[in-house]
Amino acid sequence: MRALTWHGTHDVRVETMPDPGIVNPRDAVIEVTSTAICGSDLHLYDGVIPGMMAGDILGHEFMGRVVEVGRKSTLKVGQRVVVPFTISCGSCYFCERQQYSACDNSNPVAKQDLTEPLYGHAMSGLFGYSHLTGGYPGGQAEYVRVPFSDVGPIVIEDDALEDERVLFLSDILPTGWMAAENADIAEGDIVAVWGCGPVGLFAVQSALLMGAGRVIAIDHYPHRLELARGLGAEVIDFEQTAVLEALMEMTGGIGPDAVIDAVGTEAHGFSIDNFLDTVKQHTLGGADSGHALREAILACRKGGRISVPGVYGGFLDKFPLGALMEKGLQLRTGQTHVQRYSRDLLRRIGAGEIDTTFLISHRLPLEAAPTGYRNFHDRQNEWTKVVLKPGQSGEMPRRSAGPDR
Amino acid sequence: MERSRRAAAQPRAAATAGVALALGTAALILGTALVGTRRQSQLARVRSDPDGAPPAARRAVAGDRVLTGNAVRINRPRQELYAFWRDVANLPRFMENVREVRPLGDGRSEWTIAAPMGASVTLRTEVTEERAGELIAWRTLEGSDVAAEGRVSFRDAPGGRGSIVAATIAYEPPGGELGRWIAKLFGREPQVQGRRELRRFKMLMETGEIATAENHKDESRPAESPDESHADETHRDESRDEPRKADTP
Repeated sequence: MRALTWHGTHDVRVETMPDPGIVNPRDAVIEVTSTAICGSDLHLYDGVIPGMMAGDILGHEFMGRVVEVGRKSTLKVGQRVVVPFTISCGSCYFCERQQYSACDNSNPVAKQDLTEPLYGHAMSGLFGYSHLTGGYPGGQAEYVRVPFSDVGPIVIEDDALEDERVLFLSDILPTGWMAAENADIAEGDIVAVWGCGPVGLFAVQSALLMGAGRVIAIDHYPHRLELARGLGAEVIDFEQTAVLEALMEMTGGIGPDAVIDAVGTEAHGFSIDNFLDTVKQHTLGGADSGHALREAILACRKGGRISVPGVYGGFLDKFPLGALMEKGLQLRTGQTHVQRYSRDLLRRIGAGEIDTTFLISHRLPLEAAPTGYRNFHDRQNEWTKVVLKPGQSGEMPRRSAGPDR
Repeated sequence: MERSRRAAAQPRAAATAGVALALGTAALILGTALVGTRRQSQLARVRSDPDGAPPAARRAVAGDRVLTGNAVRINRPRQELYAFWRDVANLPRFMENVREVRPLGDGRSEWTIAAPMGASVTLRTEVTEERAGELIAWRTLEGSDVAAEGRVSFRDAPGGRGSIVAATIAYEPPGGELGRWIAKLFGREPQVQGRRELRRFKMLMETGEIATAENHKDESRPAESPDESHADETHRDESRDEPRKADTP
């Protein structure tokens, strides 16, 4: 099969790899029909996540058609499914409590040793996201072996729902939704969202659906801010405006009731803390850059909530723990418990409450995935989301109806 | 002179690593009355320690025997876990390097354990203590390559949250501290191996299978479930074998 493989910083290639097969009884093999490049794939592309090996297949947002099932899979050959990026067994203590991304049993035992010393407990298995999370071959490929296929994949019965309307159930839509849920939004709350990438935009959308009175979105890419405005947010361009001052003005000095950091470990910006973080990140490794999170904590009103869907992997300096404590803030975070939200979000998509297609700027054949990575990385203003189509021929990226000019 | 000494040390190091590997794998299983019981059983001694923490969590163990222990919480009733473990033929399903365990009767069994470079080690063990649903303890029989003793206990986790399975092993590190250090380099240090095996046991008991990121079966491993021989009744879409219509440019 053809698959997108990682070979080093800013070096990804489409190569021929062996087809996967059924290994365990609960497995299924999926023929991928659509797969996306995620913002968190860019952390791998930038080489800031440890535990990658040359030849690893990337991709954790994918859907497709079931082509093979193990004898304990509940899927049937031919079914259309969206596969959550979190691999979850469904029967451990955590899965039973719907904390699927904390599954005890999905990260292979030997790989658990990689994160246990760092975090105190091992991470769970994820598709295509380094050996820290199991080293599972990812979904930017023609075929994927899906473990615990009786728990993860959600079947799309309605053929009228095109791939692009449901693909993001795999990660970014439930991630944006859980980000808003973690912000514990009450009717009329003011919610500020740092980062208008896909997760930030879906968090904006979700916060409004959950009753937020005002949502303020912060970014520096004009097109992304425009998308946020289109969803109903007020926007702040941090290159033009002092964010803290603006938020205080806009909230009458109170600060937002809840803040969401949808940026994660590679924050942009021109502050001194960010500069020092970036230097450390590229020299020492394992250091997180956390300008967005620091600013969000300072902005948050007393007794407010901080939700962190952005990805962090290591250690953060100058973390304003004093502000967290003295203002009595609550902080909630975590990888998304995708399976918890799949059914409800699919229903909302079907009912027309949530549309995710506005995000997609580019559609490319899998063969052009390296071009997709380069542009998604270098031209974030126009390249908001790239969907890859395995099995489609053509070397030239197809120009789509996006904002590309 | 210096060089020849180092050369002579090499095969010995490899042999030590081999034995350590075997030990690591067998770690959860064995026990040995260190031949002739020169001293009191290590397990018996540490169990009388004053604080309530598991003995293996102690910072250091005096003397030449090493004590290692692990506990894992499993979301299944302890009777079920005990029954599975007690059937020693099940053990190779989650113990990485154990190829076969053959019951010899009277609580004795013979273990075939893979060692590096295609070698294998055979050990004989006997059960020294057993309480239904609670405890199984072993030791290696006299004449084994490895001298160790071990016990596995099964108890209810509080709050109806499954069971806690704890394994403790006291052993004489082959080659002393050096041997232990070499085994650690190979990732086969009994503490590590023991932890991994308990976690594979947990996976097998909770999910019916052992997680792997491999895209293909490792045919050299024993089947994980007894009816695995029928696993090939997987359902397959034959059209997949034909090339895709718009395949590679």
